[in-house]
Amino acid sequence: MSQVVFTKTNMLTDAITHYCPGCGHGIVHRLVAESIEELGMNDRAVGISPVGCAVFAYRYFNCDNQVALHGRAPAVATGIKRVSPEAIVFTYQGDGDLASIGNAEVNHAAARGEKFVTILVNNGIYGMTGGQMAPTTLIGQKATTSPQGRSVERAGFPMKVAEMIATHEGVQFCERVAVNNTANILKAKKAIKKAFQNQVDGKGFNFIEVLSTCPTNWGLDAIESMKWVEEKMIPYYPLGVLKDKDQEAK
Amino acid sequence: MPHIKVDAEICKGCGLCVRACPKKILRLSPTVLNQKGYNPAECVDQSQCTACRSCALTCPDVAITVYKD
Ligand SMILES: Cc1ncc(C[n+]2csc(CCOP(=O)(O)OP(=O)(O)O)c2C)c(N)n1
Ligand code: SF4
Ligand code: SF4
Ligand code: SF4
Ligand SMILES: [Mg+2]
Repeated sequence: MSQVVFTKTNMLTDAITHYCPGCGHGIVHRLVAESIEELGMNDRAVGISPVGCAVFAYRYFNCDNQVALHGRAPAVATGIKRVSPEAIVFTYQGDGDLASIGNAEVNHAAARGEKFVTILVNNGIYGMTGGQMAPTTLIGQKATTSPQGRSVERAGFPMKVAEMIATHEGVQFCERVAVNNTANILKAKKAIKKAFQNQVDGKGFNFIEVLSTCPTNWGLDAIESMKWVEEKMIPYYPLGVLKDKDQEAK
Repeated sequence: MPHIKVDAEICKGCGLCVRACPKKILRLSPTVLNQKGYNPAECVDQSQCTACRSCALTCPDVAITVYKD
């Protein structure tokens, strides 16, 4: 009998995802699903799907799920967690969803210290709607609404969401990670699992920003996209822990 | 013997596992097409596989299973 050292977690369904080849969303789904499974929380998990490419996340996570209006996932998660404190609640949101239309909801959830997990998948663009500029689009990065590249004069500076969230007193844990290579994927898993562990322990708010890819709208292939994360995104969006109340207490 | 299996119907031929394998024993099949029209990943020399899991950890579609023996 051969011994399996890696196989798909039961927290993911068998559905083949609608994501484009090489899209980072699939990797982030796996990390979230494995974290929940390893903590034994499959039966208690409730996911909140966003508006964006991950709108169908409910088809892929093997748990209860509620799709929220654009950007409002943290408000819906607040309601579900308060009514069912035993539920392990997470929002899964894109950068357009979370940092533009949903900027108020996530910041207020963070300030209130809501006891759930928010996963931000930052691919620097509105993927689902065809590649418009997002608050996180880098300076000079081309998008359909910035065909010459994002200009500071017209569009201002890319928003550092994890830094912004970490300013709130209600935040238990906030880290930025990336899925551009195997080592960073392992670190991302550790961060996401810690965020869920905190929730199991009754601690909130837990926020993980994941630097991810959108090969289709970036006009790059999957491998070039991962290099782009490393060479362009990480220098502007540095990886690491931005807030950890457990460390502050020591 | 350590080895991997790629589910060719789930694979989307993105090539990320090919880049991630330290042993450079993966490639996108030059001949096989799956039902969706992608060239799935395949291992050209299972005898060199160390079951390090790097390919599986990077696969966005969780198409790879890794066996230690
Ligand atoms: C109220 C409302 N406004 C605008 C839209 C159009 N819309 C759909 S998805 C999206 C942004 C998606 O980008 P992001 O959140 O970054 O997700 P991604 O697809 O990149 O993962 C927008 C603006 C909408 N569906 N509803
Ligand atoms: S459009 Fe971009 S974010 Fe959406 S599935 Fe395709 S690659 Fe992923
Ligand atoms: S398990 Fe490691 S050595 Fe084996 S194919 Fe995958 S990446 Fe290569
Ligand atoms: S990473 Fe996964 S989807 Fe991409 S080529 Fe390899 S097995 Fe196929
Ligand atoms: Mg996006």
